[in-house]
Amino acid sequence: MDFRTVAELVEIAESENLKISEVMIRKEIETTGQTREEIFRRMAEQLDTMEKAVQRGLTEEIRSQSGLSGGDARRIRKYIEEAEVLLSGADVLDAVSRSMATSEVNAAMGTIVATPTAGACGILPGCLFTAADRLGSDRETMVRALFVSGAIGYCIANNAFIAGAAGGCQAEVGSATAMTAAAVVEMAGGTPSMSAEAVSIALKNMLGLVCDPVAGLVEAPCVKRNAMGGAIAMVAADMAMAGVKSVIPTDEVIAAMYRIGRDMPVSLKETALGGLAATPTGRALERKIFGKTKE
Amino acid sequence: MKYRSVFDIIGPVMIGPSSSHTAGAARIGRTARALFGNKPDKVTITLYGSFAKTYRGHGTDIAIVGGLLDFEPFDERIVRSLEIAKNEGVDVTFVESEEVPDHPNTAKIRMEDSSGHVMEVTGISIGGGKMEIVELNGFDLKLSGSAPALLILHKDRYGAVAQVATVLARHQINIAYMQVSRKEKGSEALMIIETDQTVEEPVQKELSDLDGIHGVTVL
Repeated sequence: MDFRTVAELVEIAESENLKISEVMIRKEIETTGQTREEIFRRMAEQLDTMEKAVQRGLTEEIRSQSGLSGGDARRIRKYIEEAEVLLSGADVLDAVSRSMATSEVNAAMGTIVATPTAGACGILPGCLFTAADRLGSDRETMVRALFVSGAIGYCIANNAFIAGAAGGCQAEVGSATAMTAAAVVEMAGGTPSMSAEAVSIALKNMLGLVCDPVAGLVEAPCVKRNAMGGAIAMVAADMAMAGVKSVIPTDEVIAAMYRIGRDMPVSLKETALGGLAATPTGRALERKIFGKTKE
Repeated sequence: MKYRSVFDIIGPVMIGPSSSHTAGAARIGRTARALFGNKPDKVTITLYGSFAKTYRGHGTDIAIVGGLLDFEPFDERIVRSLEIAKNEGVDVTFVESEEVPDHPNTAKIRMEDSSGHVMEVTGISIGGGKMEIVELNGFDLKLSGSAPALLILHKDRYGAVAQVATVLARHQINIAYMQVSRKEKGSEALMIIETDQTVEEPVQKELSDLDGIHGVTVL
């Protein structure tokens, strides 16, 4: 049950008539020697932690130490309830507000699950809980969705990277968005191939995204990139469910992400030296928060 | 494969805001502490690359110190680690290096205690909360901290590896990964052995008593 690429993962799943989640669970049993029950229980605990973070972000007054982030998840939630017309639709906005909720909790040094990283921790729980509401999914289906995203993340992490400092935001929020899109597809009853298409569609729309956090903080633009990652993941999942196929195969999209990340200058890889961090306002905020700037 | 388990991707559970700059940093600190063997009285932390540029924003400083105090990445005490270190009498100094490191997220930690024990450990945070220790007292190595590991400082001469392997075999401890590093021929060498089973105290003692073995650390 071993796979290194998304193509191999889909091949195993489809030839043995298994879901991606099942392939990942079996591989984990083989790799770690733990029982299915242990592995499943541990993943269910991750889901519980995610749920707490989403709830905190939507119900508590979250504010980061720097003051750069907090409160937007609740702002959107209120808008969903009160606005007469929702331009992008209630489900997308639900995913957006929940993605932001976790991301805001993270920025405020709260407890979160890194999926695959803390900087991108909002997207997976944000979309998972939204999709579960919409689809009426049970807890087991949701835990399984975490194994799907883990399987995709495993391929991306081992063939490219998942850290902003290594490959820019495309490696971080990009990976999370792709992992999430695949997971939502399985929740909605899509095939392993459809999950792979969702990965391609989502990741293609994140290629080239740089990591340029203002003052080096995981807040601006990170929280909003988590929000939009959530939106892209939901739409990519829908596109894949509709039968849309990527022209470039998934593993080649991942390889492209890797090469783009390698070519990206250091100033745009989590050093706070370029991009939004280097704008006049970005610099002014940095001085205000830390009393000096990096050159 | 850098990432082996699904929980390397869906996890860790941690205190925000950054898996590489907070959780991975905390793990580097905690592994350094485990290698040192006790609480250091004085630490000098040199930060390189992205760590040097953004450590305050990500709480990298707080996280490494939390790790050195033996806090896990999900321990909420990490948020107050600088204050706790001060109260416990640990003298902490940060140095921002301009040097360009091999890996963007690199930290070198020098630990000292009142008995004169000194150790220098370099770690890199590779993403998603995972880290590797890449240097220990000038020896190059690769240690993930995710499997039980034995570090054996020994005289660089024939038979050292065979002696150690024999003891492990007798106790039915399987070697998963092994490396030997030395600074120069015939002087001291460092053996790093990742094992499938944990190495208990009596085995550790037996290894320490072998000829030419200068020190044994179990991680």
